Amino acid sequence: MDSPGGSRPQPPGGDGFAIETRGLNLWYGDFQALFDVDLGVGRGTITSMIGPSGCGKTTLLRTCNRIIERLGYVRTTGSVYVLGHDIFGDDIELVQVRKKIGMVFQRPNPLPISIRENVLFGFRLHEARLRRVSAAEEAEVLESSLRQVLLWDNVKDRLDRPATGLSLEEQQKLCIARLLPVKPHLLLMDEPCSALDPAGTEAVEELIWKLRGEYTILIVTHNMAQARRASQECVFMLLGRIVEHGLTEELFLSPRHSETADYIEGRYG
Amino acid sequence: MFAATRLNRRSYRNQSVARAVFCLMTVALVIPVLLIVGTLVVKGGPAISWEFLFTPPRDNMTAGGILPALVGTVWLVVVALLASVPLGIAAALYLSEYAPDNLLTRTINLAIINLAGVPSIVHALFGVGAFVLFFRFGASILAASLTLAIMTLPVVIVATRESLQAVPQAFREACLNMGATRWQTIRKVVLPNSVSGILTGVILEVSRTAGETAPIMFTGATAFVAFLPESVFDQTMAMSYHLYYTATQATDVPEELTFGVALVLIGMVLLMNAVSIGFRVYLRGLKKW
Repeated sequence: MDSPGGSRPQPPGGDGFAIETRGLNLWYGDFQALFDVDLGVGRGTITSMIGPSGCGKTTLLRTCNRIIERLGYVRTTGSVYVLGHDIFGDDIELVQVRKKIGMVFQRPNPLPISIRENVLFGFRLHEARLRRVSAAEEAEVLESSLRQVLLWDNVKDRLDRPATGLSLEEQQKLCIARLLPVKPHLLLMDEPCSALDPAGTEAVEELIWKLRGEYTILIVTHNMAQARRASQECVFMLLGRIVEHGLTEELFLSPRHSETADYIEGRYG
Repeated sequence: MFAATRLNRRSYRNQSVARAVFCLMTVALVIPVLLIVGTLVVKGGPAISWEFLFTPPRDNMTAGGILPALVGTVWLVVVALLASVPLGIAAALYLSEYAPDNLLTRTINLAIINLAGVPSIVHALFGVGAFVLFFRFGASILAASLTLAIMTLPVVIVATRESLQAVPQAFREACLNMGATRWQTIRKVVLPNSVSGILTGVILEVSRTAGETAPIMFTGATAFVAFLPESVFDQTMAMSYHLYYTATQATDVPEELTFGVALVLIGMVLLMNAVSIGFRVYLRGLKKW
Protein backbone atom coordinates (compact mmCIF):
# COMPACT_ATOMS: atom_id res chain seq x y z
CA MET A 1 0.00 0.00 0.00
CA ASP A 2 2.72 2.50 0.93
CA SER A 3 4.55 2.56 -2.39
CA PRO A 4 7.79 4.53 -2.37
CA GLY A 5 8.23 7.39 -4.84
CA GLY A 6 5.80 8.57 -7.46
CA SER A 7 7.00 6.58 -10.44
CA ARG A 8 4.52 3.78 -9.92
CA PRO A 9 0.99 4.51 -10.94
CA GLN A 10 -1.38 5.07 -8.08
CA PRO A 11 -3.15 1.81 -7.34
CA PRO A 12 -6.90 2.00 -7.67
CA GLY A 13 -8.86 2.10 -4.50
CA GLY A 14 -6.46 4.54 -2.95
CA ASP A 15 -9.24 7.06 -2.60
CA GLY A 16 -11.04 5.30 0.20
CA PHE A 17 -12.50 2.28 -1.53
CA ALA A 18 -12.32 -0.95 0.44
CA ILE A 19 -13.47 -3.00 -2.52
CA GLU A 20 -13.32 -1.89 -6.10
CA THR A 21 -14.17 -4.09 -9.04
CA ARG A 22 -13.33 -3.12 -12.60
CA GLY A 23 -14.95 -4.74 -15.60
CA LEU A 24 -15.57 -7.90 -13.63
CA ASN A 25 -17.08 -10.74 -15.64
CA LEU A 26 -17.67 -14.18 -14.23
CA TRP A 27 -18.73 -17.44 -15.82
CA TYR A 28 -19.93 -20.68 -14.23
CA GLY A 29 -18.90 -23.00 -17.02
CA ASP A 30 -20.65 -21.49 -20.04
CA PHE A 31 -23.12 -19.46 -18.03
CA GLN A 32 -22.16 -15.85 -17.52
CA ALA A 33 -23.24 -14.71 -14.07
CA LEU A 34 -21.61 -11.26 -13.86
CA PHE A 35 -21.34 -8.68 -16.65
CA ASP A 36 -18.83 -5.81 -16.49
CA VAL A 37 -19.36 -5.10 -12.84
CA ASP A 38 -17.81 -1.82 -11.70
CA LEU A 39 -18.40 -1.34 -8.01
CA GLY A 40 -16.71 0.77 -5.40
CA VAL A 41 -17.40 0.12 -1.75
CA GLY A 42 -16.29 2.91 0.56
CA ARG A 43 -14.17 2.11 3.59
CA GLY A 44 -16.04 1.76 6.83
CA THR A 45 -19.47 1.81 5.22
CA ILE A 46 -22.26 -0.71 5.24
CA THR A 47 -23.33 -1.46 1.70
CA SER A 48 -26.24 -3.74 0.94
CA MET A 49 -26.83 -5.59 -2.29
CA ILE A 50 -30.39 -6.25 -3.33
CA GLY A 51 -31.98 -7.80 -6.38
CA PRO A 52 -34.09 -10.77 -7.37
CA SER A 53 -32.86 -14.36 -6.96
CA GLY A 54 -30.17 -15.32 -9.42
CA CYS A 55 -29.09 -11.74 -10.14
CA GLY A 56 -25.50 -12.37 -9.07
CA LYS A 57 -25.40 -10.71 -5.64
CA THR A 58 -24.03 -13.76 -3.85
CA THR A 59 -21.66 -14.49 -6.73
CA LEU A 60 -20.25 -10.98 -6.52
CA LEU A 61 -19.93 -11.24 -2.76
CA ARG A 62 -18.14 -14.56 -3.00
CA THR A 63 -15.79 -13.23 -5.63
CA CYS A 64 -14.53 -10.58 -3.20
CA ASN A 65 -12.65 -13.18 -1.16
CA ARG A 66 -12.20 -15.64 -4.01
CA ILE A 67 -14.08 -18.38 -2.14
CA ILE A 68 -16.08 -18.80 -5.34
CA GLU A 69 -13.11 -20.56 -6.93
CA ARG A 70 -13.71 -23.57 -4.73
CA LEU A 71 -16.34 -24.66 -7.23
CA GLY A 72 -13.61 -25.27 -9.79
CA TYR A 73 -15.51 -24.41 -12.97
CA VAL A 74 -15.48 -20.67 -12.41
CA ARG A 75 -13.70 -18.26 -14.76
CA THR A 76 -13.30 -14.54 -14.26
CA THR A 77 -12.00 -11.57 -16.22
CA GLY A 78 -11.50 -8.02 -14.98
CA SER A 79 -10.12 -7.18 -11.59
CA VAL A 80 -11.08 -6.89 -7.95
CA TYR A 81 -9.09 -4.54 -5.76
CA VAL A 82 -9.38 -4.97 -2.02
CA LEU A 83 -7.80 -2.17 -0.01
CA GLY A 84 -5.94 -1.19 -3.17
CA HIS A 85 -4.54 -4.62 -4.00
CA ASP A 86 -5.57 -6.72 -6.96
CA ILE A 87 -6.65 -9.98 -5.31
CA PHE A 88 -6.22 -11.83 -8.59
CA GLY A 89 -2.61 -10.63 -8.76
CA ASP A 90 0.35 -12.97 -8.81
CA ASP A 91 1.80 -12.01 -5.45
CA ILE A 92 -1.46 -12.59 -3.58
CA GLU A 93 -1.65 -15.19 -0.85
CA LEU A 94 -5.22 -16.44 -0.57
CA VAL A 95 -4.86 -17.18 3.11
CA GLN A 96 -3.99 -13.52 3.76
CA VAL A 97 -6.91 -12.35 1.62
CA ARG A 98 -9.36 -14.48 3.53
CA LYS A 99 -7.89 -13.46 6.86
CA LYS A 100 -8.51 -9.80 6.05
CA ILE A 101 -11.98 -10.51 4.68
CA GLY A 102 -14.32 -12.27 7.03
CA MET A 103 -17.44 -13.95 5.75
CA VAL A 104 -20.78 -14.64 7.39
CA PHE A 105 -23.12 -17.14 5.81
CA GLN A 106 -26.84 -17.48 5.33
CA ARG A 107 -27.10 -20.34 7.79
CA PRO A 108 -25.01 -19.87 10.91
CA ASN A 109 -22.15 -22.34 10.63
CA PRO A 110 -20.38 -22.61 13.97
CA LEU A 111 -17.88 -25.44 14.02
CA PRO A 112 -18.92 -28.44 16.15
CA ILE A 113 -16.58 -27.46 18.96
CA SER A 114 -17.02 -25.31 22.05
CA ILE A 115 -17.92 -21.63 22.01
CA ARG A 116 -14.46 -20.74 23.26
CA GLU A 117 -12.72 -22.81 20.58
CA ASN A 118 -14.94 -21.32 17.88
CA VAL A 119 -14.02 -17.76 18.79
CA LEU A 120 -10.35 -18.58 19.14
CA PHE A 121 -10.20 -20.78 16.04
CA GLY A 122 -8.88 -18.18 13.60
CA PHE A 123 -6.74 -16.57 16.29
CA ARG A 124 -5.01 -19.84 17.05
CA LEU A 125 -4.65 -20.54 13.35
CA HIS A 126 -2.88 -17.27 12.62
CA GLU A 127 -1.49 -15.66 15.77
CA ALA A 128 -0.74 -18.52 18.08
CA ARG A 129 1.48 -20.16 15.52
CA LEU A 130 3.81 -17.18 15.26
CA ARG A 131 4.39 -16.54 18.94
CA ARG A 132 3.52 -17.83 22.36
CA VAL A 133 0.10 -16.67 23.36
CA SER A 134 -0.64 -16.62 27.08
CA ALA A 135 -3.88 -17.96 28.44
CA ALA A 136 -4.63 -14.47 29.72
CA GLU A 137 -4.31 -13.02 26.23
CA GLU A 138 -6.60 -15.67 24.81
CA ALA A 139 -9.13 -14.95 27.51
CA GLU A 140 -8.94 -11.26 26.69
CA VAL A 141 -9.40 -11.85 22.96
CA LEU A 142 -12.29 -14.15 23.70
CA GLU A 143 -14.05 -11.66 25.93
CA SER A 144 -13.55 -8.63 23.71
CA SER A 145 -14.75 -10.48 20.61
CA LEU A 146 -17.85 -11.76 22.34
CA ARG A 147 -18.50 -8.32 23.85
CA GLN A 148 -18.28 -6.69 20.43
CA VAL A 149 -21.05 -8.92 19.15
CA LEU A 150 -23.15 -8.38 22.29
CA LEU A 151 -22.94 -12.04 23.22
CA TRP A 152 -20.60 -12.03 26.21
CA ASP A 153 -23.23 -11.71 28.92
CA ASN A 154 -25.28 -14.55 27.43
CA VAL A 155 -22.52 -17.08 27.10
CA LYS A 156 -19.84 -16.17 29.63
CA ASP A 157 -20.92 -19.01 31.92
CA ARG A 158 -20.96 -21.69 29.25
CA LEU A 159 -17.90 -21.01 27.13
CA ASP A 160 -16.94 -24.66 27.03
CA ARG A 161 -20.32 -25.90 25.91
CA PRO A 162 -20.76 -26.84 22.25
CA ALA A 163 -21.46 -23.87 20.02
CA THR A 164 -24.11 -25.82 18.16
CA GLY A 165 -26.28 -25.73 21.28
CA LEU A 166 -26.82 -21.98 20.99
CA SER A 167 -29.92 -20.44 19.43
CA LEU A 168 -29.62 -19.50 15.76
CA GLU A 169 -29.33 -15.83 16.63
CA GLU A 170 -26.53 -16.52 19.10
CA GLN A 171 -24.84 -18.83 16.60
CA GLN A 172 -24.86 -16.12 13.95
CA LYS A 173 -23.40 -13.62 16.39
CA LEU A 174 -20.77 -16.18 17.31
CA CYS A 175 -19.94 -16.60 13.64
CA ILE A 176 -19.31 -12.86 13.47
CA ALA A 177 -17.37 -12.90 16.73
CA ARG A 178 -14.95 -15.55 15.55
CA LEU A 179 -13.91 -13.37 12.61
CA LEU A 180 -12.85 -10.46 14.82
CA PRO A 181 -9.75 -11.84 16.61
CA VAL A 182 -7.75 -11.94 13.36
CA LYS A 183 -8.60 -8.26 12.76
CA PRO A 184 -10.31 -8.34 9.38
CA HIS A 185 -10.93 -5.13 7.43
CA LEU A 186 -14.00 -6.31 5.66
CA LEU A 187 -16.97 -8.42 6.57
CA LEU A 188 -18.96 -10.04 3.79
CA MET A 189 -22.41 -11.18 4.82
CA ASP A 190 -24.57 -13.43 2.70
CA GLU A 191 -28.16 -12.96 3.88
CA PRO A 192 -27.03 -13.12 7.48
CA CYS A 193 -30.53 -12.93 8.93
CA SER A 194 -32.54 -15.12 6.62
CA ALA A 195 -32.41 -18.13 8.96
CA LEU A 196 -33.37 -16.06 12.02
CA ASP A 197 -36.69 -15.17 13.59
CA PRO A 198 -37.77 -11.49 13.73
CA ALA A 199 -36.24 -10.90 17.16
CA GLY A 200 -32.98 -12.51 16.08
CA THR A 201 -32.99 -10.51 12.87
CA GLU A 202 -33.41 -7.30 14.81
CA ALA A 203 -30.59 -8.21 17.20
CA VAL A 204 -28.18 -9.11 14.41
CA GLU A 205 -29.09 -6.01 12.38
CA GLU A 206 -28.43 -3.92 15.46
CA LEU A 207 -25.05 -5.58 15.77
CA ILE A 208 -24.20 -4.97 12.12
CA TRP A 209 -25.16 -1.33 12.48
CA LYS A 210 -22.94 -1.05 15.54
CA LEU A 211 -19.94 -2.45 13.65
CA ARG A 212 -20.05 0.19 10.88
CA GLY A 213 -17.09 2.51 10.70
CA GLU A 214 -14.86 -0.07 12.31
CA TYR A 215 -15.31 -2.57 9.50
CA THR A 216 -16.36 -2.27 5.90
CA ILE A 217 -19.45 -4.41 5.58
CA LEU A 218 -21.04 -5.73 2.42
CA ILE A 219 -24.40 -7.46 2.91
CA VAL A 220 -26.43 -9.44 0.46
CA THR A 221 -30.07 -9.42 1.38
CA HIS A 222 -33.40 -10.49 -0.02
CA ASN A 223 -35.13 -8.26 2.39
CA MET A 224 -35.55 -4.73 1.12
CA ALA A 225 -36.69 -3.45 4.47
CA GLN A 226 -33.49 -4.77 5.95
CA ALA A 227 -31.38 -3.07 3.29
CA ARG A 228 -33.20 0.13 4.06
CA ARG A 229 -32.80 -0.16 7.82
CA ALA A 230 -29.29 -1.53 8.08
CA SER A 231 -27.19 -0.06 5.29
CA GLN A 232 -25.76 3.29 4.28
CA GLU A 233 -25.30 2.52 0.62
CA CYS A 234 -27.29 0.19 -1.54
CA VAL A 235 -26.54 -1.64 -4.78
CA PHE A 236 -29.34 -2.93 -6.96
CA MET A 237 -28.41 -5.80 -9.27
CA LEU A 238 -30.34 -7.41 -12.07
CA LEU A 239 -29.31 -10.29 -14.33
CA GLY A 240 -25.64 -10.05 -13.46
CA ARG A 241 -25.34 -6.28 -13.88
CA ILE A 242 -25.30 -3.44 -11.41
CA VAL A 243 -28.27 -1.28 -12.28
CA GLU A 244 -27.97 1.30 -9.59
CA HIS A 245 -25.70 2.16 -6.71
CA GLY A 246 -26.31 5.02 -4.36
CA LEU A 247 -27.03 6.13 -0.84
CA THR A 248 -29.66 3.81 0.57
CA GLU A 249 -32.06 6.63 1.37
CA GLU A 250 -31.88 8.09 -2.11
CA LEU A 251 -32.12 4.75 -3.85
CA PHE A 252 -35.29 3.90 -2.04
CA LEU A 253 -36.86 7.38 -2.18
CA SER A 254 -35.94 8.44 -5.69
CA PRO A 255 -34.49 5.60 -7.76
CA ARG A 256 -32.93 6.77 -11.01
CA HIS A 257 -33.82 3.67 -13.03
CA SER A 258 -37.22 2.26 -13.77
CA GLU A 259 -36.05 -1.32 -13.02
CA THR A 260 -34.98 -0.24 -9.55
CA ALA A 261 -38.25 1.50 -8.96
CA ASP A 262 -40.23 -1.52 -10.11
CA TYR A 263 -38.21 -3.85 -7.90
CA ILE A 264 -38.40 -1.81 -4.72
CA GLU A 265 -42.09 -1.35 -5.22
CA GLY A 266 -42.44 -5.11 -5.42
CA ARG A 267 -43.57 -5.38 -9.03
CA TYR A 268 -41.17 -8.31 -9.54
CA GLY A 269 -38.50 -10.14 -7.60
CA MET B 1 -68.71 -38.69 -0.59
CA PHE B 2 -65.60 -40.03 1.06
CA ALA B 3 -66.44 -43.74 0.60
CA ALA B 4 -63.77 -45.98 -0.95
CA THR B 5 -64.08 -46.42 -4.69
CA ARG B 6 -63.16 -49.52 -6.64
CA LEU B 7 -59.92 -47.86 -7.64
CA ASN B 8 -59.05 -47.21 -3.99
CA ARG B 9 -59.71 -50.81 -3.08
CA ARG B 10 -57.56 -52.05 -5.94
CA SER B 11 -54.69 -49.79 -4.89
CA TYR B 12 -55.03 -51.12 -1.36
CA ARG B 13 -54.91 -54.69 -2.55
CA ASN B 14 -51.78 -54.04 -4.60
CA GLN B 15 -50.17 -52.33 -1.69
CA SER B 16 -50.81 -55.26 0.69
CA VAL B 17 -49.42 -57.68 -1.86
CA ALA B 18 -46.29 -55.58 -2.25
CA ARG B 19 -45.84 -55.36 1.50
CA ALA B 20 -46.25 -59.13 1.91
CA VAL B 21 -43.71 -59.85 -0.82
CA PHE B 22 -41.11 -57.50 0.65
CA CYS B 23 -41.67 -58.88 4.14
CA LEU B 24 -41.21 -62.42 2.84
CA MET B 25 -37.97 -61.43 1.14
CA THR B 26 -36.64 -59.99 4.36
CA VAL B 27 -37.51 -63.11 6.29
CA ALA B 28 -35.91 -65.25 3.58
CA LEU B 29 -32.79 -63.20 4.09
CA VAL B 30 -32.63 -63.84 7.81
CA ILE B 31 -33.25 -67.60 7.64
CA PRO B 32 -29.86 -68.60 6.20
CA VAL B 33 -28.06 -66.46 8.76
CA LEU B 34 -29.94 -68.14 11.60
CA LEU B 35 -29.38 -71.58 10.09
CA ILE B 36 -25.65 -71.00 9.66
CA VAL B 37 -25.11 -69.66 13.14
CA GLY B 38 -27.41 -72.32 14.62
CA THR B 39 -25.64 -75.20 12.88
CA LEU B 40 -22.24 -73.88 13.90
CA VAL B 41 -23.25 -73.49 17.53
CA VAL B 42 -24.90 -76.90 17.73
CA LYS B 43 -22.21 -78.84 15.92
CA GLY B 44 -19.11 -76.85 16.82
CA GLY B 45 -20.10 -75.67 20.29
CA PRO B 46 -18.95 -78.84 22.09
CA ALA B 47 -15.45 -78.45 20.60
CA ILE B 48 -14.87 -75.03 22.14
CA SER B 49 -12.75 -75.04 25.25
CA TRP B 50 -9.72 -73.19 26.60
CA GLU B 51 -7.63 -76.05 25.41
CA PHE B 52 -9.09 -75.73 21.90
CA LEU B 53 -8.21 -72.05 21.76
CA PHE B 54 -4.77 -72.24 23.31
CA THR B 55 -3.04 -75.39 22.01
CA PRO B 56 -1.74 -76.29 18.56
CA PRO B 57 -3.32 -79.11 16.52
CA ARG B 58 -2.17 -82.69 17.14
CA ASP B 59 -2.34 -86.04 15.34
CA ASN B 60 -2.55 -84.81 11.76
CA MET B 61 -5.11 -82.10 12.62
CA THR B 62 -7.53 -84.64 14.01
CA ALA B 63 -7.18 -83.43 17.59
CA GLY B 64 -5.86 -80.53 19.60
CA GLY B 65 -6.54 -76.84 19.22
CA ILE B 66 -6.16 -73.91 16.87
CA LEU B 67 -3.73 -71.55 18.57
CA PRO B 68 -1.30 -71.11 15.63
CA ALA B 69 -4.19 -70.35 13.30
CA LEU B 70 -5.70 -67.79 15.67
CA VAL B 71 -2.37 -66.05 16.18
CA GLY B 72 -1.63 -66.26 12.46
CA THR B 73 -4.90 -64.58 11.55
CA VAL B 74 -4.16 -61.77 14.00
CA TRP B 75 -0.74 -61.29 12.38
CA LEU B 76 -2.22 -61.26 8.89
CA VAL B 77 -4.91 -58.76 9.84
CA VAL B 78 -2.58 -56.41 11.69
CA VAL B 79 0.03 -56.31 8.93
CA ALA B 80 -2.66 -55.90 6.27
CA LEU B 81 -4.15 -52.99 8.21
CA LEU B 82 -0.77 -51.32 8.64
CA ALA B 83 -0.40 -51.39 4.88
CA SER B 84 -3.89 -50.55 3.71
CA VAL B 85 -5.24 -48.07 6.26
CA PRO B 86 -2.68 -45.26 5.81
CA LEU B 87 -2.70 -45.75 2.06
CA GLY B 88 -6.48 -45.92 1.82
CA ILE B 89 -7.13 -42.90 4.04
CA ALA B 90 -4.54 -40.83 2.21
CA ALA B 91 -6.03 -41.76 -1.14
CA ALA B 92 -9.55 -41.00 0.05
CA LEU B 93 -8.44 -37.63 1.46
CA TYR B 94 -6.87 -36.72 -1.83
CA LEU B 95 -9.88 -37.81 -3.85
CA SER B 96 -12.40 -36.13 -1.59
CA GLU B 97 -10.61 -32.95 -0.55
CA TYR B 98 -8.01 -32.08 -3.15
CA ALA B 99 -8.63 -33.76 -6.50
CA PRO B 100 -10.34 -31.59 -9.10
CA ASP B 101 -13.35 -33.17 -10.76
CA ASN B 102 -11.74 -34.14 -14.05
CA LEU B 103 -11.28 -37.16 -16.26
CA LEU B 104 -8.30 -38.45 -14.28
CA THR B 105 -10.16 -38.35 -10.96
CA ARG B 106 -13.17 -40.04 -12.47
CA THR B 107 -10.96 -42.71 -13.96
CA ILE B 108 -9.33 -43.33 -10.59
CA ASN B 109 -12.74 -43.61 -8.94
CA LEU B 110 -13.83 -46.10 -11.56
CA ALA B 111 -10.63 -48.08 -11.05
CA ILE B 112 -11.27 -48.26 -7.32
CA ILE B 113 -14.77 -49.58 -7.84
CA ASN B 114 -13.40 -52.13 -10.29
CA LEU B 115 -10.68 -53.14 -7.87
CA ALA B 116 -13.45 -53.98 -5.39
CA GLY B 117 -15.00 -56.27 -7.99
CA VAL B 118 -11.88 -58.29 -8.77
CA PRO B 119 -12.35 -61.91 -7.55
CA SER B 120 -10.17 -62.75 -4.59
CA ILE B 121 -8.47 -65.63 -6.39
CA VAL B 122 -7.22 -63.15 -8.96
CA HIS B 123 -5.80 -61.05 -6.15
CA ALA B 124 -4.13 -64.22 -4.92
CA LEU B 125 -2.43 -64.79 -8.26
CA PHE B 126 -1.37 -61.16 -8.37
CA GLY B 127 0.04 -61.57 -4.86
CA VAL B 128 2.06 -64.59 -5.91
CA GLY B 129 3.43 -62.79 -8.93
CA ALA B 130 4.13 -59.48 -7.27
CA PHE B 131 5.01 -60.13 -3.63
CA VAL B 132 6.10 -63.75 -3.46
CA LEU B 133 8.13 -63.86 -6.66
CA PHE B 134 8.97 -60.36 -7.88
CA PHE B 135 9.71 -58.75 -4.51
CA ARG B 136 11.12 -62.09 -3.27
CA PHE B 137 9.18 -62.03 0.00
CA GLY B 138 8.55 -65.75 -0.49
CA ALA B 139 5.42 -67.31 0.89
CA SER B 140 5.19 -65.26 4.06
CA ILE B 141 2.92 -63.22 6.29
CA LEU B 142 4.19 -60.09 4.52
CA ALA B 143 3.23 -61.33 1.05
CA ALA B 144 -0.15 -62.62 2.25
CA SER B 145 -0.95 -59.44 4.17
CA LEU B 146 -0.03 -57.18 1.29
CA THR B 147 -2.27 -59.23 -0.98
CA LEU B 148 -5.10 -58.88 1.54
CA ALA B 149 -4.34 -55.16 1.83
CA ILE B 150 -4.69 -54.62 -1.90
CA MET B 151 -7.89 -56.59 -1.93
CA THR B 152 -9.47 -54.56 0.89
CA LEU B 153 -8.08 -51.17 -0.15
CA PRO B 154 -11.26 -50.21 -2.03
CA VAL B 155 -13.32 -50.85 1.12
CA VAL B 156 -11.19 -48.41 3.11
CA ILE B 157 -11.12 -45.82 0.34
CA VAL B 158 -14.85 -45.89 -0.31
CA ALA B 159 -15.81 -45.88 3.38
CA THR B 160 -13.39 -43.05 4.13
CA ARG B 161 -14.43 -40.98 1.15
CA GLU B 162 -18.06 -41.34 2.06
CA SER B 163 -17.56 -40.30 5.64
CA LEU B 164 -15.45 -37.34 4.51
CA GLN B 165 -18.20 -36.26 2.18
CA ALA B 166 -20.73 -36.54 4.98
CA VAL B 167 -19.01 -33.64 6.76
CA PRO B 168 -21.14 -30.57 5.97
CA GLN B 169 -19.64 -28.18 3.41
CA ALA B 170 -20.53 -25.35 5.78
CA PHE B 171 -17.79 -26.48 8.16
CA ARG B 172 -15.20 -26.42 5.41
CA GLU B 173 -16.32 -23.01 4.23
CA ALA B 174 -16.29 -21.62 7.75
CA CYS B 175 -12.77 -22.84 8.17
CA LEU B 176 -11.44 -21.76 4.77
CA ASN B 177 -13.00 -18.35 5.21
CA MET B 178 -11.00 -17.79 8.33
CA GLY B 179 -7.89 -18.21 6.24
CA ALA B 180 -7.15 -21.84 6.99
CA THR B 181 -5.38 -23.87 4.34
CA ARG B 182 -6.96 -27.05 3.06
CA TRP B 183 -4.71 -29.16 5.22
CA GLN B 184 -5.56 -27.16 8.34
CA THR B 185 -9.22 -27.53 7.43
CA ILE B 186 -8.82 -31.26 7.03
CA ARG B 187 -6.91 -31.71 10.25
CA LYS B 188 -9.00 -29.50 12.48
CA VAL B 189 -12.48 -29.92 11.08
CA VAL B 190 -12.91 -32.63 8.47
CA LEU B 191 -11.02 -35.52 10.07
CA PRO B 192 -12.33 -35.09 13.62
CA ASN B 193 -15.85 -35.13 12.25
CA SER B 194 -15.44 -38.13 10.01
CA VAL B 195 -13.33 -40.39 12.19
CA SER B 196 -16.29 -42.54 13.24
CA GLY B 197 -17.14 -43.41 9.66
CA ILE B 198 -13.51 -44.08 8.82
CA LEU B 199 -13.18 -46.43 11.79
CA THR B 200 -16.29 -48.27 10.73
CA GLY B 201 -14.74 -48.83 7.34
CA VAL B 202 -11.51 -50.03 8.88
CA ILE B 203 -13.26 -52.52 11.10
CA LEU B 204 -15.36 -53.81 8.22
CA GLU B 205 -12.09 -54.33 6.45
CA VAL B 206 -10.76 -56.27 9.43
CA SER B 207 -13.60 -58.74 9.30
CA ARG B 208 -13.22 -59.22 5.56
CA THR B 209 -9.46 -59.70 5.92
CA ALA B 210 -9.88 -62.27 8.66
CA GLY B 211 -12.31 -64.32 6.64
CA GLU B 212 -10.65 -64.51 3.22
CA THR B 213 -8.98 -67.76 2.18
CA ALA B 214 -8.08 -67.50 -1.47
CA PRO B 215 -5.64 -64.57 -1.31
CA ILE B 216 -3.54 -66.16 1.42
CA MET B 217 -3.58 -69.71 0.09
CA PHE B 218 -0.57 -69.32 -2.21
CA THR B 219 1.02 -66.30 -0.61
CA GLY B 220 1.74 -67.20 2.98
CA ALA B 221 -0.73 -69.52 4.64
CA THR B 222 0.28 -73.05 5.31
CA ALA B 223 -1.61 -76.06 6.56
CA PHE B 224 0.53 -76.74 9.56
CA VAL B 225 3.39 -75.12 11.43
CA ALA B 226 4.09 -76.22 14.97
CA PHE B 227 5.49 -72.87 16.11
CA LEU B 228 3.96 -69.40 16.23
CA PRO B 229 5.16 -66.86 13.66
CA GLU B 230 8.01 -64.69 14.87
CA SER B 231 8.40 -62.24 11.99
CA VAL B 232 6.55 -61.14 8.88
CA PHE B 233 8.79 -63.39 6.79
CA ASP B 234 7.46 -66.57 8.42
CA GLN B 235 4.75 -68.68 6.94
CA THR B 236 1.75 -69.04 9.18
CA MET B 237 -1.44 -70.91 9.77
CA ALA B 238 -4.66 -68.93 9.47
CA MET B 239 -8.21 -69.54 10.64
CA SER B 240 -9.86 -69.42 7.25
CA TYR B 241 -7.24 -71.65 5.65
CA HIS B 242 -7.32 -74.04 8.60
CA LEU B 243 -11.05 -74.39 8.15
CA TYR B 244 -10.63 -75.12 4.46
CA TYR B 245 -7.91 -77.63 5.21
CA THR B 246 -9.65 -79.53 8.00
CA ALA B 247 -12.90 -79.62 6.04
CA THR B 248 -11.58 -80.83 2.68
CA GLN B 249 -7.93 -81.86 2.75
CA ALA B 250 -7.15 -83.66 5.99
CA THR B 251 -8.64 -87.09 6.63
CA ASP B 252 -10.42 -88.42 9.72
CA VAL B 253 -10.97 -84.98 11.22
CA PRO B 254 -13.88 -85.16 13.68
CA GLU B 255 -16.80 -83.09 12.44
CA GLU B 256 -17.08 -81.12 15.64
CA LEU B 257 -13.50 -79.86 15.29
CA THR B 258 -14.16 -78.42 11.83
CA PHE B 259 -17.35 -76.78 13.00
CA GLY B 260 -15.51 -75.50 16.06
CA VAL B 261 -12.99 -73.73 13.81
CA ALA B 262 -15.82 -72.19 11.80
CA LEU B 263 -17.57 -71.10 14.97
CA VAL B 264 -14.46 -69.38 16.31
CA LEU B 265 -13.87 -67.67 12.96
CA ILE B 266 -17.41 -66.36 12.72
CA GLY B 267 -17.21 -65.39 16.38
CA MET B 268 -14.11 -63.31 15.65
CA VAL B 269 -15.82 -61.53 12.78
CA LEU B 270 -19.00 -60.89 14.74
CA LEU B 271 -16.97 -59.60 17.65
CA MET B 272 -15.16 -57.15 15.37
CA ASN B 273 -18.43 -55.98 13.86
CA ALA B 274 -19.83 -55.51 17.34
CA VAL B 275 -16.80 -53.44 18.26
CA SER B 276 -17.32 -51.38 15.12
CA ILE B 277 -20.95 -50.73 15.98
CA GLY B 278 -20.06 -49.87 19.54
CA PHE B 279 -17.39 -47.45 18.33
CA ARG B 280 -19.78 -45.79 15.96
CA VAL B 281 -22.43 -45.34 18.61
CA TYR B 282 -19.86 -43.92 21.00
CA LEU B 283 -18.39 -41.49 18.45
CA ARG B 284 -21.81 -40.43 17.23
CA GLY B 285 -22.60 -39.53 20.78
CA LEU B 286 -19.70 -37.09 20.64
CA LYS B 287 -20.98 -35.43 17.47
CA LYS B 288 -23.18 -32.48 18.10
CA TRP B 289 -24.80 -31.49 14.86
